[in-house]
This record gives sequence, C-alpha cells and structure tokens, in this order.
Amino acid sequence: MHEIADAFVIAIKMIFTGDPEVYAITARTLEISISSTLIGALLFIPLGCLIYFNNFWGKRTLISIIQTCYSLPTVFVGLLVFLAFSRAGPLGFFGIMFTPQVMVIGQVVLIAPIITGLTISALSGVSPAIRETAVSLGATRFQAVWLVLKEARYAVLTAILVGFGRAISEVGLAIMVGGNIRGFTRVLTTAMALETQMGNIELSMALGIILIVLALIITVLANKFVKGKEADAAQSRAPTA
Amino acid sequence: MKKVFIYLMTAIMLLALAFVLPACSEESATPIPNPTPTAVSPLKAEGRFRVATTTSLYDTGLWGYLEPMFEDEYNVELDILYAGTGKAIEWGTRGDVDAITVHDKAAELKFIADGYGVERVVIAYNYFLIVGPESDPAGIKGMEPVKAFQKLITEGKANPSQVKFVSRGDGSGTHSMEKSLWASAGYKYDDVRASGSWYVEGGGGMGPTLVLASEKQGYTLSDIGTYLAFKGDLTLVPIVDQGDVLLNVYSVIIVKNTKSRAMADNLVAFLTSPEIQTLIGEYGVEEYGVEEYGMQLFTPCAGQGF
Repeated sequence: MHEIADAFVIAIKMIFTGDPEVYAITARTLEISISSTLIGALLFIPLGCLIYFNNFWGKRTLISIIQTCYSLPTVFVGLLVFLAFSRAGPLGFFGIMFTPQVMVIGQVVLIAPIITGLTISALSGVSPAIRETAVSLGATRFQAVWLVLKEARYAVLTAILVGFGRAISEVGLAIMVGGNIRGFTRVLTTAMALETQMGNIELSMALGIILIVLALIITVLANKFVKGKEADAAQSRAPTA
Repeated sequence: MKKVFIYLMTAIMLLALAFVLPACSEESATPIPNPTPTAVSPLKAEGRFRVATTTSLYDTGLWGYLEPMFEDEYNVELDILYAGTGKAIEWGTRGDVDAITVHDKAAELKFIADGYGVERVVIAYNYFLIVGPESDPAGIKGMEPVKAFQKLITEGKANPSQVKFVSRGDGSGTHSMEKSLWASAGYKYDDVRASGSWYVEGGGGMGPTLVLASEKQGYTLSDIGTYLAFKGDLTLVPIVDQGDVLLNVYSVIIVKNTKSRAMADNLVAFLTSPEIQTLIGEYGVEEYGVEEYGMQLFTPCAGQGF
C-alpha cells in the first residue's frame, strides 16, 4: 500500500514539474488518438447513416456483426494491420510500418465498428415521425437525413467519445504496429507497459494519472457542450412556444 | 449538429495544443532526451533508421545509452525496436527494419543463408547464468550447466511446488540457448514443456521473465547483463555461472534489402569502432556495482572469431 501511495505522490510531482518526456508522450498520444477519432467520425458516421436509412437484404445481420466487433481484440487488429503494412505485406509499399500513421490507421479500424454501430443506435432513438413529417413537408432525402442526425446529435457525440476512449486506452495494437519507439511511437499506454516492466513505477503511475485525467477532461467538456446546447435549445424554443 | 461538432473539435484541438506547445518548447530546450532534427518531420518514416534489438540489449539500457551518440554522429533519427531475437529476425525477414542486433548464432546464420542478411558482425559477449532462489531447492549450485539442467528437471517433476523453472518461451535468443541446453541434457524440448507445472513459460522479455521468476521463487536462464541490471528488484542469486556452453555472443546484421544501406554500414562501423567498443565494455560497471560480482555486463569483442 505504501508503494502505491509513494508512487502516487512522486507521479503528481512529475506531472506538475513538467517532466519533458511525460509531456512529449502525452502530446503524441493526443495527436494520434484525436486524429484517429476525427478520421473515424468523418468516415463512419456517414456509413452509419447509410446503413440506417437504407433497407437491404441482411441489414440485421450486418448490424449484429458490427455490434459484435465493438469488442474486437486490439491485438487481432494489430496483427491484421501488421500483416497488411509490413514491407512484405500487400500495403508494404507505403513504408509506414512502425510509425504514428500506421497506429492511426489501426485505431481507425478498431473504432470503426463502435462509431458506425453507435451512430445507428443513435439514429434509431429518433422518432421516425420526424423524418416522415419532413419528407411530407417537401424536404429532400438529404435534408431529411440531416434533420434526423441533428436530433440524434448528443447520442452521436457519445459515439465519438466512446470511440476516442477506446483509441486512447488501447495498448496491444499500439505496441504491435507502433513498436513503442522512444520519442516517435511511444504513447501513454505503451510507455506504461514498458516502464512498469522496467521497474519505473512512479513514471508509470504519472502516465496513468494523465491518461485518466485526459479521459475525464474530454468527457466533462463534452457533457458541458451537450448541456449548453440543451439550454440554448430550451431558450430559443421558449418564446415561440 | 454542426455547431456541436465545431465546438467539440475546437475544444479538443485547443486541449491538444495546450499540451503540444509546452512539450515542444521544452523539448527544444532540453538538449539530450529527444534530439529532433528540424529537417525531419516527427511523423514521417523517411529519414529514420530502424534497428530491431534483442530485449537484453534494451532492458539493460545499453541501446538507450548508445542511441543519442549515434544520432548525433550521423544526424539521423534512430528507432530502436525491442523484441526477442526471433521477432527481430522476423522483422528483418519482412524488411521492416534496417538492421538487427541479436544473439542466436544458429538463427543468425540461417537468416543470412536464406538471403535476408548481409553479414554477421560480432560486437560483444557475456555469459548466461542460471539464477534462482538463494535456498536453491533443487540443489544445483555450482554444477556444470548441462548436469544442472538434468537435476533441475528431475527435482522439478518430483516436487513441482518447490522447484520451478521459468522459461522465456518466446523464441528469443535466450530461449534458443535454453532449448539447446535441454538438448545437451538429453531431453526433447516438447517433453520438457509437457513435463508438468514446474515448467513455467513466461512469454516476455528478459526483464519481465526475471521478475516473474523472482515472484515465483523459481530458476531461470538469463544473460548476465539483464540480471545485473535488474538485480536490485529481484530476490534471485546466480546459481550456475561457470561453463563455456553458457557463452552469449551479440552481433549486428544488416538487412539485405534495407533502403538505407549507407546508414546501416555506419551503424556497423559505429558499433565496432574502438571508442564505442570501450564504452560498451564500461557500460553499467559503476551503476550496477559489478565489481562485487567480478564481471562486466558486456565484453566487447569486435573483430574476434566468435
């Protein structure tokens, strides 16, 4: 117990004295995870819409498969991405094995099912009457979809946040395709894994605290925006109602 | 929808910036930790040189010590990937690294014979040790290595709760050495693996395996360098440390289809240069109090016939 408490104190000191390595790792982690979340959101929210608003054979099965992939093992994605992007693999000519780029690609693959699936769930939560009304009032197909998406915005935001959480906290993929290279592909989780095994418990603890604080900040910010928007919406509705 | 996004993204970007900016300025202010030549974008793979190394050269901190020197001398970003020798060779075979530093002669010669490696250049050696709990429950202290392995398996099978052996179990150079010791002792490796709960397969690098053996109060085979570097955190002592069969030679091999052949030649020249050879020999001697044990972590041996 003593060890944990001591490590905690030293970790806090490390964070506030601005240990350059700790900050560099944190910055890199954010850069990689935010990139993959943004790319994932741009690609897979539309995909979720496409799936939700179209009826086709096997739709239910497809959605089940997507939901199953929420818990896709990170090491399995790591293996696939490694085989694809290793120089001997089909995409090896890009030459991006063991770089942050390939980590972003891996994370996008990892969070794709989450963002797609949760977007579908988000849209399912909106009353179909809204879309029907919009269409009957003469809205184009795109306008109708946009309206539903707007109604589901908070749930979609949640989808993005869950995706971000998964991206920033995974370690298997990052170590397999990133290689945990100091000053290049070392992120918070892989650094923690290495530092713990090398006995640098305090540094590990500092990194862990930062990871949790980051997740907390992002969630609080997101909730704040959601709340703010709700208040705005209530205000703007009040006079007209 | 749009606005929520814009707000959120701005917030995230600001947050990222808040972290990146101080980090950047601090990085440029501190000279040694991360030399980032401005010509090389930190996110691009070009202009970087990759070496896959066995964990023992990484866990001891030797590569961390040599890396900035090489980077300064040749103005290159050196990426060190640590893994067992097996994995390092696999990465070399697939062309994902430019050079490897490993310690498994048979596998190295095969790597070269298969046309993936240029030449095996030895850089340093040390010895393997059998380390274990001070009480030495198998009673193998001071025995000749092969005899010690024979006694270990007999005692382990008879009394698996007291006598344990932790294997790397990861296809590394140390694992290869262990397998060859079992072969010399007259056992098929598959039979050893199937011989009961006394035989524990860790599947990690040398450092974690030592920690595991220490937790389980078992024996393990370790290179002396990693053992000395981790000794402070362990309750293990050297049990068997004599025998030519325990010789452990590290070498560097350039991967044949590297895109940075010139830099690879620089690396070999660097590692075999008299100055660096001296530094390798002196490495860790003070830090790990090696005098008391009378051995150095690594003995330089460039140009010798190992």
